[in-house]
Amino acid sequence: MGWIGDVLAWFGNPQNWQGPNGIPQRLIEHVGVSAAALGIACALAIPIALWLGHLHRGGGLAVAVSNVGRAVPTFAVLVILVLLPDPFGLSTLSILTALVLFAIPPILTNTYVGVREADPAAVDAARGMGMSGPQVLFRVELPLATGLLMDGVRLAAVQVIATATIAALVAGGGLGAIITDGFGRQDQAEVIGGAICVLVLALSVEGGMALLQRRVDPLRAVRERSLVAAA
Amino acid sequence: MIGRAIGGVLVGNHAATVSDDCLIRNAWVCPEYVRTRADELAAATVEHLRITILSVVFGAVLSLPLALLARRIPRLRGTVLGLSTAIYTIPSLALFSLLLPFTGLSDRTVIVGLTLYSLTILVRAVLSGLDGVPEEVRDAGRGMGYSPNGLLWRVELPLALPVLIGGLRIATVSTVALTTVGTIVGSGGLGNLIQTGLQSDFKAQVFTASLLCVVIALVLDVLLIGTQRVLMPWRRAEAG
Repeated sequence: MGWIGDVLAWFGNPQNWQGPNGIPQRLIEHVGVSAAALGIACALAIPIALWLGHLHRGGGLAVAVSNVGRAVPTFAVLVILVLLPDPFGLSTLSILTALVLFAIPPILTNTYVGVREADPAAVDAARGMGMSGPQVLFRVELPLATGLLMDGVRLAAVQVIATATIAALVAGGGLGAIITDGFGRQDQAEVIGGAICVLVLALSVEGGMALLQRRVDPLRAVRERSLVAAA
Repeated sequence: MIGRAIGGVLVGNHAATVSDDCLIRNAWVCPEYVRTRADELAAATVEHLRITILSVVFGAVLSLPLALLARRIPRLRGTVLGLSTAIYTIPSLALFSLLLPFTGLSDRTVIVGLTLYSLTILVRAVLSGLDGVPEEVRDAGRGMGYSPNGLLWRVELPLALPVLIGGLRIATVSTVALTTVGTIVGSGGLGNLIQTGLQSDFKAQVFTASLLCVVIALVLDVLLIGTQRVLMPWRRAEAG
């Protein structure tokens, strides 16, 4: 169990907290590229999924995208992008592209299912009240789908953090680079130290997204109000 | 890099003979590569399959008692589900690294890590499959004189089978993809070929190994769908 002491010593070493290979810098890189990828993926996937879900079209596409996303290894896509000519190759664009590609399926599928499965009685009532298509989508279907949509964004966030870690096997920084540097130096304490940093980040993102999800879901407020009313 | 430079020069001079040689052009798609390195590809595929299948089988064997225990003891249920979310959240590269002190630089690290991932998927599948069994059916089973054990094996698990196989399909397909990351400890099956292909800028090797990963995932998925049809003839009758 001597390795535990080594890992603690690694965390205690001030050198590991400064400079371009230090934990803070690696964390900033990791969070930066992940947040950018998640933002781009949301901007691409949510409008398409809302539109398809509203029209009740393209269910096969949504399922296919999520199946393909699961079967294709993230590592393989990263390597292929890095071996492509400019503007890909060893660049941030390659990493970002891979992250976006793997963030899209959970967001697309969940949002699509959420809108499509929105309570038909509520949708019918909205139409009966004279709402236009966009009004039905944004005032009825979207609020009803928010729970599933946020599930998708949370899954995508977890996926992006994981893929950004694997990106260190191929190129670039992020917290995964601490792990791969450790393997390169055969320094087990550094490998495990880096892995603990990744673990803490991943669990914080998952926890943070779960909190956000509760805040954002409009139906939650309704449910709580009805609970208060019942009491 | 060298391959590409030589290819460029030669293509200019002997276009007819050399442009067919995809190895020298360093092309992504290269039958010549598949032919000359068939042994290497087969060995990597076998290792990939071995790691994937062992991980999913271990995960399945462990998930059943764990899910049954969680069902028996309601307080344990939250813990099991919470833990499985936490494990699922850990990126594979970090999980393999954290296992290193216990399992060392070997395929054990990859198999244990991937077993944990498939376990998290399968425990959820077993629980939700059993939750989905209608209470009336359970009552009818009890009325027919089934013991709790008989009820589980003869009534509840068969009815949960579609959800169980659904979970097994997800676990299998994602394990095939994740096995590639095992290359960090030198046991990534086809992932090792992708890694060495990256280091030597060998595009045909990267592409072929990547494609094989997807093909393996598809084939295993189809086999599981087939298993479901064989195990559930009544479903087949409905569909037909």
